[in-house]
Amino acid sequence: MSDAEPDPPANTGYDEWADALAEGGYFLECANGHGSLPPRRVCPECGSTDLSEESLPDTGAVATFSKVHVAPSGFGEEPPYVTAVVGFGSIRLTGIVRDLSAEEIEIGTAVRPDVERNDATGNRLVVFRPA
Amino acid sequence: MTGVRVAGVGLTPFGEHAGRTGRDLFAEAALAALDDAGVDGDEIEHLNYGNFMGALAERQGHQAPIVTEAAGLRCAGTRYEEACASAGVAVREAVRAVRSGENDVMLAGGMERMTNLSTAEVTESLAVAADELFEVRAGVTFPGAYALMARAYFDEYGGDREDLAHVAAKNHANAVNNEYAQYQREITVEQALDSPPVASPLHLFDACPITDGASALVLVSEEYAEAHDLDASVAITGTGQGGDRAALQDRADMARTPAAADAAAEAYGDAGVGSDEVDVAEVHDCFTIAEVMALEALDLFDPGEGVGAARRGDTTRDGDLPVNLSGGLKAKGHPVGATGGSQIAEMTRLLRGDHPNSDAVPDATVGLTHNAGGTVASAVVHVLEVAE
Repeated sequence: MSDAEPDPPANTGYDEWADALAEGGYFLECANGHGSLPPRRVCPECGSTDLSEESLPDTGAVATFSKVHVAPSGFGEEPPYVTAVVGFGSIRLTGIVRDLSAEEIEIGTAVRPDVERNDATGNRLVVFRPA
Repeated sequence: MTGVRVAGVGLTPFGEHAGRTGRDLFAEAALAALDDAGVDGDEIEHLNYGNFMGALAERQGHQAPIVTEAAGLRCAGTRYEEACASAGVAVREAVRAVRSGENDVMLAGGMERMTNLSTAEVTESLAVAADELFEVRAGVTFPGAYALMARAYFDEYGGDREDLAHVAAKNHANAVNNEYAQYQREITVEQALDSPPVASPLHLFDACPITDGASALVLVSEEYAEAHDLDASVAITGTGQGGDRAALQDRADMARTPAAADAAAEAYGDAGVGSDEVDVAEVHDCFTIAEVMALEALDLFDPGEGVGAARRGDTTRDGDLPVNLSGGLKAKGHPVGATGGSQIAEMTRLLRGDHPNSDAVPDATVGLTHNAGGTVASAVVHVLEVAE
């Protein structure tokens, strides 16, 4: 018996997608131009099953954000932290903003995506950095 | 299709019930509902039961048989789970079962036990209603998600924290006389504004409390009510449900809740009433901004007009359209899996005239209830009418 924490469950499709954010990242686009995120078999907008991987735009714009003062137990991130929803063309991503305080962020602020490991949970953590 | 009557309602006081099991809470509400209806538990043909986080809070899954037994019923039960809309869905499915002729007399409601957990544990448990991969892992909490919506709303339509503080003060004022409310005390707009931040722009007094409680309704067919000479003057005449993408990031407009608009359109059409005929409403104000977005989705206020409704006095007890006369989730409390049933219990009492705040709406004949799950990825709306 090892004392090491077991690896968190793999989420095929999501895990590879999140890892790719370190290199700029990708999203799925259907034949009708709707964006979505993996794991995905069907476009949630139109039902198309013709999905291709396309590169994310280099930067996105903050659509909304919140400075969170109360974190879930076991989350590992020390509050306060800033969670933002950021638009990248036809899709949006949710993540934690690095290197900018809440006071430095406004709707429209440009950021780029990246990925970290959450040491407390072992999960991938989507983050945004100043563009 | 037969009509559906609310024959009886039962509630536990909402608040902190230290040491009491969920099954005991639900049994209290169920027995109160049966007593209010004058219906024997043996008569109930099926239990529709809402519960969200029992597997986390009490390590108890498979709760329907547990609470059916605790309530002394002799029938089978089904648990419904759609986050904070769990009891709303349970009631809706009971309405559909009675209308179909499948059942004549049912018990519907829900229960949640929450205060035995720490605030951080409750925060973690409630976050389970969000998208695990795309939201929870990014640190989105339940208050955080509504904070993201509040900022999007302010950006699109205007409004500010003071508008929201008026929603909190209104609902606290309404709860003062409600014997079932967790916070039977008033707060001022200034107190709400000065409360500590939880997730900007929302502060502590924008949020509903953590609550233990249960709700139960005896729902019967018109024929059953007549045959058994029941005093069941309030009918559920409209029911509707709407859904949306689970993650906020996938919504076209984060300042709107189309699932509630869809549920409302279905319920209004079902009842054959227009939004302009609604006399009184109980809406899902888990956060003050949620009441604002509900008022607009229910077509009670135009987009951008909901945020000032409490401040203008439109939705206060003396206003044209009193909203959350029970105190709402904000002040009455929010045992998540019980709330949808509680709203209908309160509306029934308001329309029957036996609610402490019925005097605010003495001539009301049409009431609306709005119950939402997650960031309104699920919504259930019911129309209640005085039938006789």
